[in-house]
Amino acid sequence: MELLLFGKTGWGDELLIATLMTLAVSIAAMFIGFIFALIFTPLKLSKNKFLNIIANFYTTVIRGVPELLVIYLFFFGGSSAIMFVASVFGYNDYIEINAFITGAFSIGIISGAYSTEVFRGAIQSIDKGQFEASNVLGFNKVTRFYKIILPQMLRLSIPNLSNVWQITLKDTSLISVTGLVEIMRQSYIAAGSTRDPLLFYTVAAVLYLILTFLSMKIINKMEVKYNKGY
Amino acid sequence: MDIELILNSFPKLLSASVTTLKLLSVSMIIGLFIGLFFAIMRIKNNIFLGKLAYAYSYIFRGTPLLVQIFIIYYGFGQVEYIRESFLWVILKEPYWCAIIAFALNTGAYTSEILRSAFQTIKPGFIEAGKSLGVPNKIIFYKIQIPIAIRQSLPAYGNEIILMLKGTSLASTVTLMDLTGVAKFIISTTFKPIEVFIIAGSIYLFITFIIHNLIKALEKKYSF
Repeated sequence: MELLLFGKTGWGDELLIATLMTLAVSIAAMFIGFIFALIFTPLKLSKNKFLNIIANFYTTVIRGVPELLVIYLFFFGGSSAIMFVASVFGYNDYIEINAFITGAFSIGIISGAYSTEVFRGAIQSIDKGQFEASNVLGFNKVTRFYKIILPQMLRLSIPNLSNVWQITLKDTSLISVTGLVEIMRQSYIAAGSTRDPLLFYTVAAVLYLILTFLSMKIINKMEVKYNKGY
Repeated sequence: MDIELILNSFPKLLSASVTTLKLLSVSMIIGLFIGLFFAIMRIKNNIFLGKLAYAYSYIFRGTPLLVQIFIIYYGFGQVEYIRESFLWVILKEPYWCAIIAFALNTGAYTSEILRSAFQTIKPGFIEAGKSLGVPNKIIFYKIQIPIAIRQSLPAYGNEIILMLKGTSLASTVTLMDLTGVAKFIISTTFKPIEVFIIAGSIYLFITFIIHNLIKALEKKYSF
């Protein structure tokens, strides 16, 4: 138990910081995922076959390939891709991308694929009359999307987005292979230096359980709040 | 694009996918029994057993699979009591540790899928069985279980695909499955894109087959 105390001899403070790191990566990944979803959802619903194919390719590949493989692709491929772009502009030194950015980006792309499917389902379940009414009232496409469709879409997608959040939160544990010090990596380091893996991995499991438990509570509150009018 | 690397690594990755499929099928079979067991615990009106089964599914669904594998592979090996018992024969092998973790993980999800399937069975089916004088046990095995299995097929198909992706974590405990070999080739050649394309296509191909198998089963057992 002494090992979990705060201060120089214990791992308590390190684990606390690592927990905050996990939260930060998850939130960043979820946010990047939203951006991807907001780009790909319109492509998925568009009447253009070519755009459909691009969006379906994205969601099918990312949801069908293991997360770990995607992370390896960005971990090993990310810096060389950026170095290639930089060399075009005449910069030839070695560039290393920050582990946080690699991690948030690769998990973000994964969570984006799930969010795209959630948004698509939500938009499709919005009453047709809403679209027709906004057309009759003379809204243009952009205002219609931001003022009428988006608010309803977000409300409808909260329950499913909570699943995406849980998946994203758990997926961040895989970023530990790239060396970012989040819960899993910190437990690995602690387990290695104290030779007590059982204790530290159990603590990691408990920390994840606390995170999922608390986020469920918050999401449930949000659901109640946004469903007040219905 | 390095065509030679693609041609060279394809057979290696293909043979590694056999390990992936083995891990998947063994853990799915064990997980199905675990899931059925805990689902039955949930639907019996015993509060204690129900809570126990709920705690199991909550813990395994609320923590990452990676933590579960690490606890079983690195954590249990540290306990003297386990190392001296017969369990050590199984727990010292990374292969079996991975399978235990996968089976327990998928068991938790399967128990939720089956529980909701049991709960959506129309009471009329069970009442009809009772009024015909069919014993409770036979009602359970001949009416409830087949209907529950049919109901849960689509969700279970998703679970198999999620687990296929989950088996990639076996590479973190030194097993050379599809992802393990892919990572090895990437880290020796530094050509992530080529390897990703092949390994990814193999995974997608397996996903495609599972998807179609489940669809065929759904059609066969639809009513």
